[in-house]
Amino acid sequence: MSLFSRKRVPFRGTPKSDIPEGLWVKCDSCHQTVYRSDIEDNLQVCPACGHHYRIGAWKRLEITADAGSFVERHNTLNTADPLHFTVNEEDYGARVARAQSQSNLDEALLSGFVTLEGHNIVLGIMDPDFIMGSMGSVVGEKFCRMVDDAIDARQPLVVFTASGGARMQEGILALMQMAKTADAVRKLNEARIPYITVLTDPTTGGVLASFASLGDIVIAEPGAYIGFAGKRLIQGALNVRLPEGFQSAEYQMENGFLDAIVKRQDMRAFLGRLVRYLSPSNSHAGQCHDQT
Amino acid sequence: MNDTHANTTQTEDGKLTAWERMEIARHTRRPQMLFYVSRLFEDFIELHGDRLSGDDPAMVCGIARFEGETVFVVGQHKGISTDEKVARNFGMAHPEGYRKALRIFRLAEKLGYPVVSFVDTPAAYPGIRAEERGQGMAIAANLLEMTRTDTPIFAAVLGEGGSGGALGIAVADYVAMLEYAVYTICPPERCAEILWRDVEEKRQAAEALRITAADLLSFGVIDTVVTEPAGGAHNAPEEMVAPLAAEIRAFLAKHKCGEWTLEKRRAKFRRFGQWHENQT
Ligand SMILES: [Zn+2]
Repeated sequence: MSLFSRKRVPFRGTPKSDIPEGLWVKCDSCHQTVYRSDIEDNLQVCPACGHHYRIGAWKRLEITADAGSFVERHNTLNTADPLHFTVNEEDYGARVARAQSQSNLDEALLSGFVTLEGHNIVLGIMDPDFIMGSMGSVVGEKFCRMVDDAIDARQPLVVFTASGGARMQEGILALMQMAKTADAVRKLNEARIPYITVLTDPTTGGVLASFASLGDIVIAEPGAYIGFAGKRLIQGALNVRLPEGFQSAEYQMENGFLDAIVKRQDMRAFLGRLVRYLSPSNSHAGQCHDQT
Repeated sequence: MNDTHANTTQTEDGKLTAWERMEIARHTRRPQMLFYVSRLFEDFIELHGDRLSGDDPAMVCGIARFEGETVFVVGQHKGISTDEKVARNFGMAHPEGYRKALRIFRLAEKLGYPVVSFVDTPAAYPGIRAEERGQGMAIAANLLEMTRTDTPIFAAVLGEGGSGGALGIAVADYVAMLEYAVYTICPPERCAEILWRDVEEKRQAAEALRITAADLLSFGVIDTVVTEPAGGAHNAPEEMVAPLAAEIRAFLAKHKCGEWTLEKRRAKFRRFGQWHENQT
């Protein structure tokens, strides 16, 4: 496609995951002892209980997109420090640099063109470990540019969310990204581009309350933590015990906020079907063959 | 009102810390939405219910007459007496509240009247019932709606502009903020807990988050700061009415000259954020 200057980027590894250290590990969920490599070979899902461990953006890309199809976009934005925010002598710039070196990512959102089961899409993936997957100015701007890519190329937009919410270190400007990304979804809607969000563990706060919830189709991974306010905050305010499974994907499904819960092993095929059925090129508009 | 000239701890207002301003914004005698509604408007007809599941007393909506013209009103009211505070959940709306406001945006657009939004909330309510009914989804829906609502929206941050709970009714063409109001991504106490791992660092967090009206003006997130009586509006509430009325009057006058367009509102929000771009 000559519309864009495309730069092919090789897959990079994920240096970090939330699987406990060691050859043998005790599963966080079922507490059974399993081989670490058995979890890793199983898309970072516990072979005993099916617990879905968090995975970084690069790993997610690897298990979602067709091999070698990724063309990264918008990785030239660098986070500024509008508030001159410093916590315990570490300024925000240093905090971002630390996250970058730990993740091999430029920011908490990875974006680009890929093919998925042979279908062209624009794909966005948030990284749960990049400053808690929080949304600051760069994440907001990248999201808007991904939307423009999807509209210009007339390809579906698929976004995997994983976020602690809006990024405190950018203060009110991070909050404004909620409105900014919502407006981008509005553009996508007006252009009639399919928009699919996949809510992964955790999808919370300002990201849930903006572009994550605004998908045409909203799906989630099993057991993902999905909620607006943090559990500790709710518990602290009310001093009550929270219901079993509170704010899990299954709870959100029951309350009517999800279209489907899809296991990681089935995700690629599921998205492939959705994209195939919903691609703008499949639309019935303008395809009248009636010659009478 | 018999609150005039209560004592204030500070005389040099310019030197107030962010935390001290936060305390003024939360002051129990600070005038709230319904005070302004009763003074600014000749008449007010409250409208209730989200037409889905309930009516949220934390979010007050209705039709008002401002200097002979009809406007639609949305806003949070925290409550004054203890009973009222409880009934209104301290101004922390549930999804029903956001959905009621959404209904008002649509109605105002349909009938062609401007919206006046009063922001004063610590946060969208963090609670079990709020989560169960989709707090995040309700706020997201409002943000999206306000980027489409084809009628002018004026917002005034009266006291606390608490995060997504505030923004959920404040994607506006023009935002006025009272001098001692605050508008923040999260309460300084929570920021201190999370980033400093010590709630006692709340003063430092309040400073670092840049939550004052002057800060927000410098970021372009608000359009004007409305001067308050010395020490804060609670010292002389009646004095706060005329300057706020002047802002609404000016907004409506500009509306008649076609000043507020959806394109402008969208472009304003599209610009928010700061980053550097590498040319590679
Ligand atoms: Zn397990």
